[in-house]
Amino acid sequence: MEIVSLNQISPDQVIIWSWGFITINVTILYTWLVMVILVFASWLATRNISSEMNVSRWQHFLEVVISVVRGEISEMTKKGADKYIPLIGTLFLFICTCNVLVIVPGFVAPTASITTTASLALCVFIAVPYYGISHNGLFHYLKEYFQPNFIFFPFHVMGELARTLALTVRLFGNIMSHEKVIGILLSVTPLLFPVIMQALGLLIGVIQAYIFAILSIVYIASAVSAEEEHHVHVDVKKEGSQA
Amino acid sequence: MDNLSIVAMASIFAAGLTMAIGSVGPALSMGSAIQQALAAIAQQPDERNSLTRTLFVGLAMIESLAIYCFVISMIVIFANPFWGHFIKAGG
Repeated sequence: MEIVSLNQISPDQVIIWSWGFITINVTILYTWLVMVILVFASWLATRNISSEMNVSRWQHFLEVVISVVRGEISEMTKKGADKYIPLIGTLFLFICTCNVLVIVPGFVAPTASITTTASLALCVFIAVPYYGISHNGLFHYLKEYFQPNFIFFPFHVMGELARTLALTVRLFGNIMSHEKVIGILLSVTPLLFPVIMQALGLLIGVIQAYIFAILSIVYIASAVSAEEEHHVHVDVKKEGSQA
Repeated sequence: MDNLSIVAMASIFAAGLTMAIGSVGPALSMGSAIQQALAAIAQQPDERNSLTRTLFVGLAMIESLAIYCFVISMIVIFANPFWGHFIKAGG
């Protein structure tokens, strides 16, 4: 079953249903499907949640996922992870589910469309100043743009934009290229070899989800912890002047 | 040769060249990054977790260069903006 043909670069081009200016394309449909799966799974997992010795399998699974994500975040940010778990964990779970469900025939990964990855990267783009300002205050956050002096302001802004673009294109390119490679292989060597590539694609999908989450943490941590060193400097100076 | 076939020929040629040249640099640099990381893990197996994580992040950064080339070549082949222009001008 082929929904997106080989010469269509993005699943946005396949329109399922349209009424007036509202069009439902394949990307939106499968994004909704993934959302329903995630919401239903988390409802199932948190339905009988308990802190006793005997917990359900779903709760075990969810606790493993959350503790892994929390461990990764706290290793990157060197402090509390609870503030960042909702964003980073959701990004990871959504991208991971999208990429892993590719193994189901007929499923088109929403992350193979540049619009999905661009909106995910925009979330990170907005989250970085949000966490930076809420942690350090507006003045200290903006001051980071003028470090070491004001000449570097355009370079900082360009860096922010470029890394958002890089996040977008990296995820999109990896998933889309995997689909195209399998499509081409099916026409060249249809027996067995595409199966190996599918297995490799699962690995790539999980790694890309991991990388997206890790890079988001790195960006947020750089906005949050840039000020920490400054505080330390000020404290040292104060102590020095007192002594 | 009319304009359309020149555009088609240039697109295919440019796509092949983009992938060929654009994958050499990332391949060499990813190889040297993995080599250094393996040497570091062999020396300090205790630091394996942080080394692996840094390696993955670095590989993703390097790999995005090759992915840019791939996306450009895909756009040139499947979604070429000049193609539509010349079809409109010709027809």
